[in-house]
Amino acid sequence: MAILEADGLRKHFNGIVAVDGVSFAVAEGSVFGFLGPNGAGKTTTINMLTGLARPTAGRILYEGNDVTDRLKQAQHLMGVVPDESNLYPELTGFENLCFCAALYGLAKAEREARAHRLLESFGLTEAAGRKFAGYSKGMKRKLAIAAGIIHAPRILFLDEPTAGIDVASARNIRQLIDELRRGGTTIFLTTHYIEEAERLCDRIAFIVKGRIVRIDDVAALLKPIQDRYVTAFTARGVTPALVESLRAAFPHLDFEIQPSDQLRAESAAPITIGPIVRFFEEQGHEVTEARRVQPSLEEVFVRLTGIESAAMKKEKEKQGGGA
Amino acid sequence: MKRWVAFWNIVTKDMRAYYLKPPNVSWGLIFPFAWTAMFFIKSGRGLESVLSVLPGVVAISILFGTTSMLAVTVTFEKKSRSFERLLLAPIPLELLMLAKTGGAILFGMVNAFVPVIAALFLADLSGVSWWQVVPAVALISASSTFLGLFIAVAVSEVFEAQTFSNFFRFPMIFLCGLFFPISALPVFLKPLAYLIPLTYGADILHGAFHRGNTLPIGLDFALISISCAVLFYLSIRNIHRRWIQ
Repeated sequence: MAILEADGLRKHFNGIVAVDGVSFAVAEGSVFGFLGPNGAGKTTTINMLTGLARPTAGRILYEGNDVTDRLKQAQHLMGVVPDESNLYPELTGFENLCFCAALYGLAKAEREARAHRLLESFGLTEAAGRKFAGYSKGMKRKLAIAAGIIHAPRILFLDEPTAGIDVASARNIRQLIDELRRGGTTIFLTTHYIEEAERLCDRIAFIVKGRIVRIDDVAALLKPIQDRYVTAFTARGVTPALVESLRAAFPHLDFEIQPSDQLRAESAAPITIGPIVRFFEEQGHEVTEARRVQPSLEEVFVRLTGIESAAMKKEKEKQGGGA
Repeated sequence: MKRWVAFWNIVTKDMRAYYLKPPNVSWGLIFPFAWTAMFFIKSGRGLESVLSVLPGVVAISILFGTTSMLAVTVTFEKKSRSFERLLLAPIPLELLMLAKTGGAILFGMVNAFVPVIAALFLADLSGVSWWQVVPAVALISASSTFLGLFIAVAVSEVFEAQTFSNFFRFPMIFLCGLFFPISALPVFLKPLAYLIPLTYGADILHGAFHRGNTLPIGLDFALISISCAVLFYLSIRNIHRRWIQ
């Protein structure tokens, strides 16, 4: 059963279309990934789904009920962890959690018990009495997630949960997301890290320029590329002329020039590397690396959006995105 | 019940986080004392002038204590996005904004009674109509706070909130009849004076402290209450239009 449905959601800002007829359904207990480059309309969509923005058109349904014009009535179902920490710097970690629980009407004893429990499970007990302003990025992120789930929401919106934090903290957060899902919480995840989405999500929607270009289960998204074999070659001075001669010599392979002196060979059958390397050498080009590329969601993303995920990550990190 | 848990916690959080901070406590104490001393010396009269000076000092203490504090704190929370956390809470926007303004209203009321307590040592206040003073202070505090809210919704930067507050506050001081009777104002300024909520609050205080009101007290209470409602309604409407676009 779908806990959340978006039906033809549209959002215009002063004549500019930010979200253009987005429709999807999020099954209860699943992890739904919402992927796209900067400015694709991810945050605007989340804002509409959570009540921070009004749709120009379309419908929002929670548990089958149309709440488009009365999202306040569905806010008790949702927890939201935005891409930037929005807890109170002057309050301690414990006070922040208790305050967030109070916003959902939890009684004092209950919110204190839950705050202690969450601080312990997030490994923040020692920092509980410290002001939030003094937390590290990873700690801030963890506390923001704890604040998002303290009222036990049925659906948790996670906007870029691991952006801008260290590897160990990001791994912890991914484990937490997995645990939440196993505990029955539905998760709506936006991320720039495609491999993260592949690892965590059951279903993914790709959004580009305000429109969903593809939506499917992860297994179905991967299926077309799982039957393909890809090898990446790194060689100095790869030119279009060289690629043309490669195509002539190996007609069963598809060749494509990539940035950074790379060449991709793709085929429906396994690729034998030796003859290709020899061909390069005969043409006076030294191959410095040849590696098989495992089919991944990143491939699907690049094909659908035409955007390199590495470029997308770099752009996000340049913005200092994250906790 | 659950909504009131949220309401009360927002009020107490704001009191602890903003209003009970040492700089604000000192502002709440020093500012009214400084105004009291200034007007007392300026009057050039003896202690008999305390009762006529007190309404102005009380009203200004509230006005300055509440408008900028609320405008700045709300703008700060909006800028740091912590206000989004409140907007995501399952409580009606009206109740949420009453909670956000509740702390400032209480702060304004406490500010108001600082000069009154000081005056207790200087003059005979036995003739003061306290049943008029207390609700008047509450309503002046509410109208000033709602003005701060109106300003907060209109701006996006903290410094704009400060500047915009002064744009309203300084003309209000001279137009509301606290220090110059409205009858002494030029004709073209008089309609403006009657558009200011503080005019009615000041009139109640003049009446309560030294029987110096110019309008019927009941009318003053009605008009300042209506002003509060209008400012609050306009602020809520602007929040819907500007913040929940």
